[in-house]
Amino acid sequence: MPVNFFPAEFEVVRNSDRCIKCRACERQCSNEVHIYDADFDKMLSRDNQCVDCQRCVSICPVSALKIVPNENAFRKSANYSQQLMIENYRQAGSGGVLLSSMGNPQDYPVYWDKILINASQVTNPPIDPLREPMETKVFLGKKPAGIKKNPDGSIDTHTEPYLELNMPILFSAMSYGSISKNAHESLARAATELGTYYNTGEGGLHKDFYQYGKNTIVQVASGRFGVFKDYLDTGAAIEIKMGQGAKPGIGGHLPGAKIREDVSKTRMIPMGTDAISPAPHHDIYSIEDLRQLIFSLKEATEYKKPVIVKVAAVHNVAAIASGIARSGADIIAIDGFRGGTGAAPTRIRDNVGIPIELALAAVDQRLRDEGIRNEVSIIAAGSVRSSADAVKAIALGADAVYIGTPALLALGCHLCRSCHSGKCNWGIATQRPDLVKRLNPDVGYQRLVNLVNAWNHEIKEIMGGMGINSIEALRGNRLMLRGIGLSQKELDILGILHAGE
Amino acid sequence: MLLKEGEIRIPAGCAISGFISRDGNKMNGGDIVKSISYMHDRSNGLGGGFAGYGIYPEYKDYYAFHVFYDSNEAREKTERFLDRHFDVINLSRIPTKKVPSITNEPLIWRYFVNPLPTKIAASQLDEKEFVAKCVIRINNDIEGAYVFSSGKNMGVFKAVGFPEDVGEFYRLEEYEGYAWTAHGRYPTNTPGWWGGAHPFALLDYTIVHNGEISSYDANRRFIEMFGYKCTLLTDTEVITYIFDWLNRKQELSLEDIASIIAAPFWSEIDEIEKKGPQKAAKLRYFRNTMSSLLITGPFSIILGYTGGIMALNDRLKLRSMVVAEKKDIVYIASEECAIRAICPDCENVWSPKGGEPVIVTLSEEGKRKCL
Ligand code: SF4
Ligand code: SF4
Repeated sequence: MPVNFFPAEFEVVRNSDRCIKCRACERQCSNEVHIYDADFDKMLSRDNQCVDCQRCVSICPVSALKIVPNENAFRKSANYSQQLMIENYRQAGSGGVLLSSMGNPQDYPVYWDKILINASQVTNPPIDPLREPMETKVFLGKKPAGIKKNPDGSIDTHTEPYLELNMPILFSAMSYGSISKNAHESLARAATELGTYYNTGEGGLHKDFYQYGKNTIVQVASGRFGVFKDYLDTGAAIEIKMGQGAKPGIGGHLPGAKIREDVSKTRMIPMGTDAISPAPHHDIYSIEDLRQLIFSLKEATEYKKPVIVKVAAVHNVAAIASGIARSGADIIAIDGFRGGTGAAPTRIRDNVGIPIELALAAVDQRLRDEGIRNEVSIIAAGSVRSSADAVKAIALGADAVYIGTPALLALGCHLCRSCHSGKCNWGIATQRPDLVKRLNPDVGYQRLVNLVNAWNHEIKEIMGGMGINSIEALRGNRLMLRGIGLSQKELDILGILHAGE
Repeated sequence: MLLKEGEIRIPAGCAISGFISRDGNKMNGGDIVKSISYMHDRSNGLGGGFAGYGIYPEYKDYYAFHVFYDSNEAREKTERFLDRHFDVINLSRIPTKKVPSITNEPLIWRYFVNPLPTKIAASQLDEKEFVAKCVIRINNDIEGAYVFSSGKNMGVFKAVGFPEDVGEFYRLEEYEGYAWTAHGRYPTNTPGWWGGAHPFALLDYTIVHNGEISSYDANRRFIEMFGYKCTLLTDTEVITYIFDWLNRKQELSLEDIASIIAAPFWSEIDEIEKKGPQKAAKLRYFRNTMSSLLITGPFSIILGYTGGIMALNDRLKLRSMVVAEKKDIVYIASEECAIRAICPDCENVWSPKGGEPVIVTLSEEGKRKCL
């Protein structure tokens, strides 16, 4: 009898008074948790395979199911948590690197939750967004340092290429391969309807989605998967991915099992081979190399498209961002350490990088100190969880925010953090046709549109409360923020006062 | 402990008033005092001030510095600085009169100066920039000295008190100018510092402002990238710097500046597009590239400058402001009563729309007389 070093993480609780043995859960669970025992005419569960994706709970017609954390407890230690012990057992068994997905779940401070927003009282009237225009249009790109005039004295209104967004929210990079085609289609159509952008991630762009090019940001990552002329020409902007918040300093690895026919065509690699993105771009070993890639891409697209450089929030992110701003990039995307991922080594995800709030505040201030904030727009990413987070990010200095996880939530994701297994029961992080078809893009795109519109309404409401009727007057408006329960050092980095000051 | 202006941001409500004679006819400073006094209830005795244009015709080619000193030591230091950088043509105390309600007055001095050409050349700046830099240096670096007026043939007079008392204190009835503006302040609290009263001035730009802008920190953090330092933390200060940057340095017209700081709504730009794509293109360009200078929240301002004044409301018109005319004179005030007080039979009284600038400049005749 093999010894099980650790118990199942979850317990499947089935109310047998309710269960009608329809076996829907059995059919739907890609982890094969539910099985029907014909001899006893009974539904059984393999708890140890459950990832708590909540699919069965959501589809059970009689609400007979509940997934709860297993209450079995190892002897308590403040130093060795049960989680840590289990991870060590796992590695002792497998000899491998621990893999995880989605954002860092550890108990680090979430600065968004320690920042409060202002509102007008008496000296300055709040504005009612239902009565007065409330504007959220945003332009991302390089702005001139001053006014240039034509020979005839009129103003030269030529600008560098830019992105125009109806709201300060974009969908962040999620590659086709790491997520399904239906998920991609939902994002592409939603971005088009909303008047914003989604991002291909590093997996290339499926032929079917070229029609959404106007609202697509095409990514060029270290693996260069699916990058060719048409791809670059199709996108509205090009993003060079230097790093990702969930795994700074680490490349990517999409297992061969996910490289089925379409993915292989789109990525331009043979079917069934692992798609490995190296940790660095092998043509970028320093900042001047980055400049060359930026200009090669601009050259290739005739200087018609803005170039975004995406970096992970690491310790010296402010200096890095200033270097990027001086290297010809039009937009910098900063990805905080809580950002999501389809797969990352657990130890990296949970221990490397810094929070987006601090990184963003430091970058915005540094660029202003150097007088080059106008040279680039800033997109903040890496766990913007709600419209309130978005408002705080913009007030700290972001031009717009990338959202990834909230978009997946809109599509049904329950943050089970097992995307790397490729068996997503919600049809999102999988390439299995039977699972993919569970995500109906007609429904998915509508839910995404609803979500972002709802956020945008809330942003307007919050702005109106502050007496601000256009999003640009919120950008970098740190006086609208106050910290709560933060040290002076944290307040200094965030550039905000404490509540009550 | 009460923090001084500049150490804390103090919201304030206010009254403003101003007028200009297009033909450059001299008008007595007593008129502007009378006008603003009719809005007594919009001030609370914690700040009042005036700006007059064309008041120093005999020194019109020299920069007139009005300076507050906390001590003689600050004055001596400042005068040493002035001697090093300027040719000082004339210096004197600004004549004042004892008024019971005005207390704690600092030493108030006036200098007519010209920057030394050698110093300008060494600084590689143009003359105005050189002067502006010197003013900012004094204000930041010399403890207890504050230059509150620094333009040519114009002057600011301000103090802690009700504006009518401030006018009496400075004996404004002894000055004649082609344009005047005034401010009565209603701060929610105050450390009672004279420098914190309005107008705020840089070179010949003066701003009187009623409102509280919600975009303050966005505006401040942007304009500070261009070498300005907002030390008073007031709306008026940041608005003045914005005008200085856009008008003096970027050479934009006042109309264009209005369409940046009180930009039309996108829906309005779409309407304008139908009439003329060129104008719409310019407005779009401004909203794209100068978006950090959009000012939101309530404001009504009067900008004074050599040769004209401009009035502007926020784009939602959240503060009252009326304009009226009589012959060659144009009046602007928070309330109509302040105009009627000095011109009972004024004509064409109207309320400019939000974001619609009212710009009045000297006529050719006026320029001949005054510039
Ligand atoms: S889906 Fe619900 S009712 Fe159907 S077998 Fe599973 S637990 Fe029973
Ligand atoms: S995408 Fe799917 S697998 Fe990944 S966390 Fe969400 S539900 Fe789980």
